Amino acid sequence: MKTIGIVAGAAFRESVRDRVPYTMVVFAVLMIAASFLISQLTAGQDLKIIKDLGLAALSVFGLLIAVFIGIGLVSKEVERKSVYGLLTKPVTRTQFILGKYLGLVTTLAVNLSVMTVAYYVVLAYMEATATETMRAGWAAPALDPRQLAAVVLIMGELALVTAVALFFSTFSSPLLSALLTLGLWVAGHFNADLRQFEQVVDQPMVAWIARGLYYLLPNLAPFNVRAEVVYGVPVSASHVGLTLLYAGVYIAALLAAAIAIFRRRDFK
Amino acid sequence: MTPAIETEGLTKDFPIGFWRPRPYRALDHLTLRVEAGEVFGFLGPNGAGKSTALKLLMQLLYPTSGSAQILGRPVGDASIRQRIGFLAENPYYYDYLTAEELLTYFARLFGYGGTELTRRVARVLDDVGIGSERRLRLRRFSKGMIQRVGLAQALLNDPDVVFLDEPMSGLDPLGRRHVRDLILGLRARGCTVFFSSHILSDAETLCSRVGVLVQGRLVASGPLSAVLTLELKGWELVVARVSDLLQPDLAKLARQVTPLSDGHVLLHLAPDAEPDRLLAELTARGAHIVSLNPVRETLEDYFVQVVGSAEARETRGVGA
Repeated sequence: MKTIGIVAGAAFRESVRDRVPYTMVVFAVLMIAASFLISQLTAGQDLKIIKDLGLAALSVFGLLIAVFIGIGLVSKEVERKSVYGLLTKPVTRTQFILGKYLGLVTTLAVNLSVMTVAYYVVLAYMEATATETMRAGWAAPALDPRQLAAVVLIMGELALVTAVALFFSTFSSPLLSALLTLGLWVAGHFNADLRQFEQVVDQPMVAWIARGLYYLLPNLAPFNVRAEVVYGVPVSASHVGLTLLYAGVYIAALLAAAIAIFRRRDFK
Repeated sequence: MTPAIETEGLTKDFPIGFWRPRPYRALDHLTLRVEAGEVFGFLGPNGAGKSTALKLLMQLLYPTSGSAQILGRPVGDASIRQRIGFLAENPYYYDYLTAEELLTYFARLFGYGGTELTRRVARVLDDVGIGSERRLRLRRFSKGMIQRVGLAQALLNDPDVVFLDEPMSGLDPLGRRHVRDLILGLRARGCTVFFSSHILSDAETLCSRVGVLVQGRLVASGPLSAVLTLELKGWELVVARVSDLLQPDLAKLARQVTPLSDGHVLLHLAPDAEPDRLLAELTARGAHIVSLNPVRETLEDYFVQVVGSAEARETRGVGA
């Protein structure tokens, strides 16, 4: 466990010294700030727009960070051959994969926290400057703590996407890994449609494939509760808990597969 | 006594081609034994399979067949990593770290901490000649400096066995001497050193034994003098103060005469030229002897000859 922690610490430091995620965090913070300006143009809908755009920025920029660092952490080590130095130390390939994954998830958690703070700063400003009439029109309070449920689920989704990116990067090139991960992310958000698919096709083989894909691909729709929190619709603790449990199981399966592939790999 | 390194029929095939991959044999039944405390030179031309053999020993590659042991344990045994060091050919380390941070990271993986860690990192960086640059990020390091960092990380844990893949690569003459001294220091403290090289002078200075690998096969192993016949090909004699009277006779004594600067003359002599008699004669006629060197078969000549005969055998085999 100590070795995994050391590798994770190094992976975190690598991400910290890589400027790309910070550029994205800056973009996200700017976007959250811009949502405030946009909201000024739409009478009565201001808070809803800020929340919509702010949470979308958290999700999209988090996704970009997860994909672009996730695909590089392992494949870059292999391509540049820095893996030679590390794997000839008392580090097993399993510890290497788990350490890299934990390092990246820590980076994401830190980045998401920064973006969330920026988001709440904008909301706090809205709260402080809003008139009573404006407040009366809000579906939920500006600083509604239930929004954190959406942030927690975004983090769960990002942890899952990171595991997908890491899995692909153990056997394919960074570009292919990025395309596959983004493809899977899109498919994951439309996964529920696959279930409906079998009701509209006649051929049993196609229906069977659709059903297989429904169970195989990650179902990312439950991670998106942004609309609920914006409108103040309660998100149950059991929904959050079960979705995170699902993420945990899926991540464990992906990491197990990534480790199985990585342990058999030759480094030429 | 348990050998430091032992391989038995170690073989590695790589698939070549995408649709119908054919096996390409990079290493062919390597059977080798290196005793504890030896400095073993693993020699061979580029593409001979030296790096493949080293990567198999480091478990960066898995063998197609055969087995390998380090310090009496199978190479897959994770515990041996605590007792070995490895320097890859043209190494790359994380360029966002400084040399000191990289070694601290690796030292922690070995389980060192506190003052012991700080002391060790500082000592190995001193040993490889990295001074104040240790606090610079590695992206600013030259190839030679990276090579030194690579050596430092290979020696961090005071290993019992060190594997060095082309350790002199990218080093200037001063750096090469430094590495040679380091390897000699390791030998003095009883560390087994297994290094690959295609440079004969390195092997001559450092190795107690060598193995010669050609096209994936070990074609010879033993002390260098036994492996290479070191056939004498002639002599090179440099003389000064050659009088005008002596000048015409030089052409008769030597196969070739090359005038050098400062009035020096280089004589290329036949292997059977009897240099003792010649030196006496030239000295008696007023010439000053500057240097006399035997011209021997080089490792390059040896490789050309062995590779040539291996290719010829293969052609005959295919034709038969």
